[in-house]
Amino acid sequence: MTNKKYTIEELELKANDIRKDIIRMLEEAGSGHSAGPLGLADIFTALYFDVLKHDPDKPDWNQRDILVLSQGHCVPVRYAAMAHAGYFDKSELMTLRKFGSRLQGHPERERLPGLETTSGPLGSGLSQAAGMSLAMRMNKEQFRWIYVVMGDGEQDEGNVWEAAMLASKYHLNNIIAITDRNNIQLDGPTETIMPLENFKDKWEGFGWHVIEIDGNNIEAIIDACAMGRAIVEKPVMIIAHTVPGMGVDFMEYDFHWHGAPPNAEEAKKALAELRTLRGKIRSEHE
Amino acid sequence: MNEPHLVEDLLAKNLVTEPIRKGFGRGLLKAGQIDENVVGACADLTTSTAMNLFADAFPDRFIQVGAAEQNLVTVGSGLAAMGKIPFVSSYAAFNPGRNWEQIRTTICLNNLPVRIIGSHAGVSVGPDGATHQMLEDVALMRVLPNMIVIAPGDSLEAERATMALAADKEHPAYMRLAREATPIITTPKTPFAIGKAYVYTDGSDVTVVSTGTMTYHALVAAEKLYKDGIDVEVIHCPTVKPLDGVTILSSVKKTGLVITAEEGQINGGLGGAVAELLGEEHPVPIKRIGMRDRFGESGKPEELLEHFGLSAKHIMIAAHDMIEQHKKRS
Repeated sequence: MTNKKYTIEELELKANDIRKDIIRMLEEAGSGHSAGPLGLADIFTALYFDVLKHDPDKPDWNQRDILVLSQGHCVPVRYAAMAHAGYFDKSELMTLRKFGSRLQGHPERERLPGLETTSGPLGSGLSQAAGMSLAMRMNKEQFRWIYVVMGDGEQDEGNVWEAAMLASKYHLNNIIAITDRNNIQLDGPTETIMPLENFKDKWEGFGWHVIEIDGNNIEAIIDACAMGRAIVEKPVMIIAHTVPGMGVDFMEYDFHWHGAPPNAEEAKKALAELRTLRGKIRSEHE
Repeated sequence: MNEPHLVEDLLAKNLVTEPIRKGFGRGLLKAGQIDENVVGACADLTTSTAMNLFADAFPDRFIQVGAAEQNLVTVGSGLAAMGKIPFVSSYAAFNPGRNWEQIRTTICLNNLPVRIIGSHAGVSVGPDGATHQMLEDVALMRVLPNMIVIAPGDSLEAERATMALAADKEHPAYMRLAREATPIITTPKTPFAIGKAYVYTDGSDVTVVSTGTMTYHALVAAEKLYKDGIDVEVIHCPTVKPLDGVTILSSVKKTGLVITAEEGQINGGLGGAVAELLGEEHPVPIKRIGMRDRFGESGKPEELLEHFGLSAKHIMIAAHDMIEQHKKRS
């Protein structure tokens, strides 16, 4: 089990390293999604290095918290965070999307211990989490938390709202869902493709407790998860406003980077930017 | 008919009948009493799918998801991921009719032991019409890697199959159930194992491979054909996948003629499965009784079965035709 308590500066630096790995992985793979994983780096850093009760040496530890990644296309950030946490060697990250790799283009539970489920087709993570939560209740397993990371575009899927109703009906209060609210999806801005607003009202209307935060602020993420665990009467939705492509200037806010990888030149530029950012993080905490 | 055990007089007018789904209901209750990891979930059709016995006995292990079949199977996936053996039920038209991708990704690719129960399969649903007469379920489930597909022949077998599925914790499974009262042809001594087909009557002229509700019709046809001088071997094939190729091939090598019978689309169904097996292993003439690439419609079950060619009479006609053609050829 990971007991080490990291400072916010250490976590921010770790998130930056994870972003660099995401760029390297995607460049090497030659395909995959850039914007989402970069935007999620702070959330996954907060989860793997502070929030989650887990043991990289024992991925099936029966007391672990569960992390369900519902939007499977963002899995590079999870692979990178898992490698940094010690689930496997970082060198394996470069096998992403290659033949024979445990790091499939979309996550497969059967291939890599610690993934919890297979995802890619959108909208099914929350209902699987609901099933897990119901099983834990039947087993009288208290104090295990289920975190679900969901996309915003993913919530066009009806399955999400079926799960939202069920979790509310059964008061599944050990579920803390985090929506990566980056306002883009494959075809364009979410509010053009299929408006989600008023997003907060929707979740509250479905009987959830909603917390809204800056999803690129690690301290805010950790605090929101702590608050989420304190809410006992309802399942919790954290709407985490993130910048798609965060950390790489030319990718930020641009939906064209939703489903595209950087080429060699773009990767070089991105890594240079992230190196500068590392200096910035250090000086901010001095 | 010494082994396996069947009822003595299949042609008796007073043969006991019971909806196949009732056997599922009893089996689930028993399985629930044996193993506390057996759980149930239903999409607003608890009594219709006979899950009410279990739901009443184990309210804490029953989940009512409402009319939401995508949620039904994905919640099932989550339950199984945490060590449960979930039976998730609805009408076959919706489960697996509506939620195929969720079954593929979250159950089959995850390889989790979720038991998908589709009731009211086949045209014998009757007056509800084509929307509710699920005919494509076996084909839909059969193409999925890891998936087991079972269509019990009567309520007693459905009970045994349910118990077997609760005990097997390896793979995902789909079980199709019928709505109408179906003649009980097996006895409490009849064997059932997942993946096994059973020779119900020995014969040397034609092999009839049948599944689900059509096995009764196949047995009736065999009795009548015997009087016409045609010796039929009936193989009941409750597990459509994995198909018991050994049993089927050993019969076909003896008879050289095959008829398949099912209450669903022959394309991709049992008929498809047997044709694929024989095409690769032992090509012989084959006739497939079942729905031929069309939808059902409203009507009484018996008139629909007659209209769509799904009865003992149609199996008999097919057998006579095959023998006739065979004679001409040789």
